[in-house]
Amino acid sequence: MTDQIVSILAATVTAGTPILYAALGELIIERAGIINLGVEGIMLIGAVTGFIVSVVFDNSWLGLLAAMVAGGLITSIHAFLTITLRANQVVSGLALTLFGTGLSGYLGKAYIGIPVTHPFAVQPLPLLKDIPVLGKVLFNHDILVYISFLLVPLLWMFMYRTRPGLLLRAIGENPAAADAIGAKVFVLRYVYVIMGGMLCGVGGAYLSLAYAPSWLENMTAGRGWIAVALVIFALWNPLRAMVGAYLFGGIDALGFHLQVLGVTISPFFLNMMPYLFTIIVLVMVMQRQGGRLTAPGALGIPYDREDR
Amino acid sequence: MGAPFIKMQGIVKKFPGVVANDHIDLDIYLGEIHALLGENGSGKSTLMSVLAGLYKPTAGKILINGVEKKFGSPRDAIANGIGMVHQHFKLVEPLTVAENITMAEREGSFWLKLGKYEHELIQFGAKYGLSVNPSALVWQLSVGEKQRVEILRILYQGSQVLILDEPTAVLTPQETCELFENLRTMANEGCAVIFITHKLNEVQALADRVTVLRGGKVTGVLQRDEIETKRLVRLMVGRDVVSHYDRKNVSDGQIVLEIDRVNALNDMGLPGLNGLSLVVREGEILGLAGVAGNGQRELAEVIAGLRKTTMGTVRLRGEDVTNLSPLEMIRRGVGYVPEDRMGMGLIPELNITDNLVLKCYQHPRFSGRWLLNNREIYNKSTQLVEQYQVKIPSLEQPIKLLSGGNMQRLLLAREIANEPKLMVVVYPVRGLDVGATEAVHKLLLELRLRRTAILLISEDLDEIFKLADRVGVLSRGQVVGDFNVEDADVEEIGLLMAGSAKGVENDVCPR
Repeated sequence: MTDQIVSILAATVTAGTPILYAALGELIIERAGIINLGVEGIMLIGAVTGFIVSVVFDNSWLGLLAAMVAGGLITSIHAFLTITLRANQVVSGLALTLFGTGLSGYLGKAYIGIPVTHPFAVQPLPLLKDIPVLGKVLFNHDILVYISFLLVPLLWMFMYRTRPGLLLRAIGENPAAADAIGAKVFVLRYVYVIMGGMLCGVGGAYLSLAYAPSWLENMTAGRGWIAVALVIFALWNPLRAMVGAYLFGGIDALGFHLQVLGVTISPFFLNMMPYLFTIIVLVMVMQRQGGRLTAPGALGIPYDREDR
Repeated sequence: MGAPFIKMQGIVKKFPGVVANDHIDLDIYLGEIHALLGENGSGKSTLMSVLAGLYKPTAGKILINGVEKKFGSPRDAIANGIGMVHQHFKLVEPLTVAENITMAEREGSFWLKLGKYEHELIQFGAKYGLSVNPSALVWQLSVGEKQRVEILRILYQGSQVLILDEPTAVLTPQETCELFENLRTMANEGCAVIFITHKLNEVQALADRVTVLRGGKVTGVLQRDEIETKRLVRLMVGRDVVSHYDRKNVSDGQIVLEIDRVNALNDMGLPGLNGLSLVVREGEILGLAGVAGNGQRELAEVIAGLRKTTMGTVRLRGEDVTNLSPLEMIRRGVGYVPEDRMGMGLIPELNITDNLVLKCYQHPRFSGRWLLNNREIYNKSTQLVEQYQVKIPSLEQPIKLLSGGNMQRLLLAREIANEPKLMVVVYPVRGLDVGATEAVHKLLLELRLRRTAILLISEDLDEIFKLADRVGVLSRGQVVGDFNVEDADVEEIGLLMAGSAKGVENDVCPR
């Protein structure tokens, strides 16, 4: 039974990792004041680009890099539309998802069914892997999982303990105030939106290069949307995003293992859990904090300097 | 006193169609508190925006310590030791006080050392008597505390000149008192403080010198011992006779609106109206003067049914209408031209016909059981546009593309078309040019001849004296004074507006 639980928990971490990367990306973007509903599309582009490049060059690291670049590039469309042209962020994001879904299907058509020769393999960490239970759950994974362990506290420190991080929070809360003290609001928003897009790309590449090393059309299967919900669930805090990613990943893993154990819970029911959790968190937060949601103040509102 | 720190020479600032500043000279010395006094639109904020680097002057120059400087942005002004506290604070609400202040620093370390920084801030603030809690979140602070954070931020950036744009407009009397003490400390520490105001009692309580502006020109510079209320009023209002429109008198009519000792809260949940009473008769314009924030909005909204009263009664033609809904008030013949024509009066994104029909679409003439009768609506709109001489390219145009004057004409046209028994108009010509102003005034006078009762709320004494039959002053949620326009005296009204007349306690702390 302990073995069962350990393997479910270990699977939870791997299932949560792609969501975690995408959610961290979306979190940075939203902290800069931009809503990005294109995560699903960006992940798919990341997944297919990463896969193709690592097959062609037989190098998964190169694939990962390509996924980051592709994710950043496609998100720069969103940045241009929403920051420079001040287009509706919801519409632009949805268009990006549709675009990414179509484009990835088209690009990946020839690669369906081909295996990756060198996917990111499990590399147990010496010493740490021998810790009872925890070692198996946390330190028996591929390197991308370990990187995500580091990324979360680093991002948290950046946001709350550094001057550029302070400005990141300021431009998402009140761009006019940030502008007034001389922050380059437009440049910074571009930087963070594209950086966030790169992380979403990594989230996609994790699926095609580590989680299930192959390419399937639409292989993200809604994880991008879970990441969007997760950012709200986490109240825009990276540490909570990590907890949420494993919670939502755990639901994924649990569904699989329950089937093996012969327990029948409808997969449809499990699929809706992340959204249900998000709604519950929203209700709780709104009640406890007297209706004051901690969303960045300027989230979704285009910034226009002339508009006083 | 030595040489002035700042010398503004011959400053001219033109906006399309308006000369906001017309060859203004201003000297500022370190260690003085300098008041810039004037009515709304006299050009005082514009002048200070030039000094703070927000506007580029059309002509004239700024000398700092005798050296000519050109400011391209607020950053340049700050680099020269000049900082401005705007009426709308530029603070990031969910961040702490310390974070907001350190954010503005040019040269800062990569890592935030908030603990150490907070300690420094407390000491720095103490020097000027500005006590703040650096680790408090800004949204939890009172307005007065936020203002203190803005001031502290400017001082911390090394500014020697502090400009405050109507700093007391948002403060309670206690906070005002505290602010004045702080400003005095700053001046004693060698800073120059410039504060923009239109309140006479503040000038008397605080200023070492005062420069009075009217219509974009300097009308006088007074030293401390020359400051005297009557003299200030004359310099500020500046006219002896107010021109009247040619108009016919209407005989005394019946009472249309009667407000009896009404109390209401403002948006912050504080008392906005304190036992306010007034009466408006048929065919009469009651003009209420007063400085903004003394209950103007609350009064208008109570009458329009948009704000609940907590005490007292509102009667319309003898019927008790206290706290009826806006729709009920419209049905009883209340027209309302709110101060915020784009926000509350009209829907900027909708086109002209839609806006015109907004208040009467339920009328059988304009709608059947389910569908709007577009032909009728179109005809009515065309007729209104022609009748009120609104200049528009097409009825399909979103209303936000029109000029302020045309917007106001449409709004008035809509309200008048409903044949109101009572019309409430708040700052009806705010932001309008001379021609549009006159057109709006004529409409109001026509309406008066048709025996509508009109309540005109305005800051502009000129407007009130031109239009009103009776004049009152709104002060701290009450109507003080009630004069026939022929007996009213501009200076007395001015004193009542400033809240320093007999019987009204002076709320600014004594020196």
